[in-house]
Amino acid sequence: MNANDKRIRWVKEPALGMAGKSYLLLFVQGLATTLKHLVSRKKTVQSPEERHEIPDPIIYRGVHRLNRDEQGRVKCVACFLCATACPAHCIDIVAAESPWPDREKYPQSFTIDELRCIYCGLCEEACPVDAIELTSLYDLSGKSREEMIFDKQKLLSIYDQTKDAEPTRTERLKGEGGGGKAE
Amino acid sequence: MLLPLTLEALLKIALLIAGLMTAAAYFVLLERWIAAWVQDRLGPNRVGVPLTKIRLFGLGQPIADGVKFLFKAEFTPGHVDKFIYFLAPMSIFAAAILVFAVIPFGSALPPNIFPASWGVGEPIQLVAAPGIDVGMIYVFAVGSIAVYGVVLGGWASNNKYSFLGGLRSGAQLISYELPLGLGILGVVLASGSLRLETIISQQAQSGAWNCFLQPLGFLVFAVASFAEAGRLPFDLPEAEQELVGGYHTEYSGIKLMMYLVAEFLHMITASFLIAILFLGGWHFWGLTDGGGPDGNTVTWVVAVLRIIVLLAKVMAMILFFMVVRWSWPRFRYDQLMDIGWKVMIPWGLANLIAVAVWVEYGDRIAHSLGLPPLLCMGLCGFVILLLGWYVATKADPTLNDNRPRRRLISPDRHVEKIEV
Repeated sequence: MNANDKRIRWVKEPALGMAGKSYLLLFVQGLATTLKHLVSRKKTVQSPEERHEIPDPIIYRGVHRLNRDEQGRVKCVACFLCATACPAHCIDIVAAESPWPDREKYPQSFTIDELRCIYCGLCEEACPVDAIELTSLYDLSGKSREEMIFDKQKLLSIYDQTKDAEPTRTERLKGEGGGGKAE
Repeated sequence: MLLPLTLEALLKIALLIAGLMTAAAYFVLLERWIAAWVQDRLGPNRVGVPLTKIRLFGLGQPIADGVKFLFKAEFTPGHVDKFIYFLAPMSIFAAAILVFAVIPFGSALPPNIFPASWGVGEPIQLVAAPGIDVGMIYVFAVGSIAVYGVVLGGWASNNKYSFLGGLRSGAQLISYELPLGLGILGVVLASGSLRLETIISQQAQSGAWNCFLQPLGFLVFAVASFAEAGRLPFDLPEAEQELVGGYHTEYSGIKLMMYLVAEFLHMITASFLIAILFLGGWHFWGLTDGGGPDGNTVTWVVAVLRIIVLLAKVMAMILFFMVVRWSWPRFRYDQLMDIGWKVMIPWGLANLIAVAVWVEYGDRIAHSLGLPPLLCMGLCGFVILLLGWYVATKADPTLNDNRPRRRLISPDRHVEKIEV
């Protein structure tokens, strides 16, 4: 494009005044800002003694859990919607015929590679029975890569750990009186 | 006679080196704290007494840092010039330490603290090499070696970023040596001595610190010290965003530590020099008065007070150095050069001329005006400062728009102005 093209709008930045040119005003302003922050209240959360306050654990996307139904069985119906939605391909489900009359399939094994997971929450969105959910636990660690592949047992135990602090979506909707209301 | 003197010198050297190394380590911690506080963080506060759970606000951090540097893999890249690569950090470190031989860290201890039979009647001067008449020249000569450490390190690393960092640094340090010298010349001319102890005691006797008498010289010297120490806003030698690590990109382990410690030592040296030359050294009104004809006969209380006052001034300067780092952005390279050559050197010259005129005609001028000479000189100094600042603002040599696209526009093009 030609520099003299009529369509180009050339703009000129405002000239510095005497105050700007003398550097003194900017000098004082910069120093004042720094000093203000130097003595201001610090925002650091001293983990692990202090914990981050998570405003809404329902929204927070931490470690997964597999929810149980009222009879303590795994809620999942092995429909593979979460595994399909997962952009990181970290969910691996082996489906088997359900031993219970109320559904056709159940997951014989259900593993999530927590190291591959990007915690996007799409599995939670995809699940038709609110079986997989992301909790507000954020500091998970392990000594090996194998240890970080969570199986069904582990995911169910996370549910047992967190069910009191974080109700499942179904329970929450029930509590609001909506029941089957769509989100 | 000789033995106690040697002992005294060795003791002072040991004290200085131990003190400086500890100070440099703790200034790293202070720097990290201030960096954190300015960014609304807490900074290092975990490491305390080793092997215990005692935290002590993180005061053990320097030990951990030092141990980490010692045990880190020391990697020498295959493409470096080995001899110079090893020589460079040693030279910059040695030069940074050597400067302290003539820098006083107090005034003197009271006389006769040794038994008379030892034959040491003189009061012990609190400087490693007392009585050097060319102290200022020594500081400059040794301080200039720092440029070699930087340039040689950049050259020997055989790496583009290191080389660019070394080049920039070489140009910067040499350019700012001139205003630094001009700032000192004013003080030397006014006091008539190159000895740091004499410069301090003259300020103490008159009670008027040089920063009040020569504010422009103080400004020039302070700005040039920032540039010489390679601190923001003049940290172009190692502008991380542009040069990775600058001249020490290829260094690791203990050699990197030597570079980093040398940088902190430069800052400490600069603070000492500012405190001694312009802020009255160990003098504080009504607090540090000594007896005797030259005011240098002191009691223990005064001797200790003088050390505390001097170190407090140095500490204040160092804190200023550290706060400045987070206050102003780095200058562009051409602006750096413009400030050095077109603002600082003329200011330094103006200050020097004013001091020269004052030394020659000052008493007569003050007498004819009927004012105390020192007050008159101070007023003159501030007038010169304001004038110099006004002229620099008017001329504005740092504002040069050298963007090439401006030349492409034909003169009749309409250029809109942004409304503020």
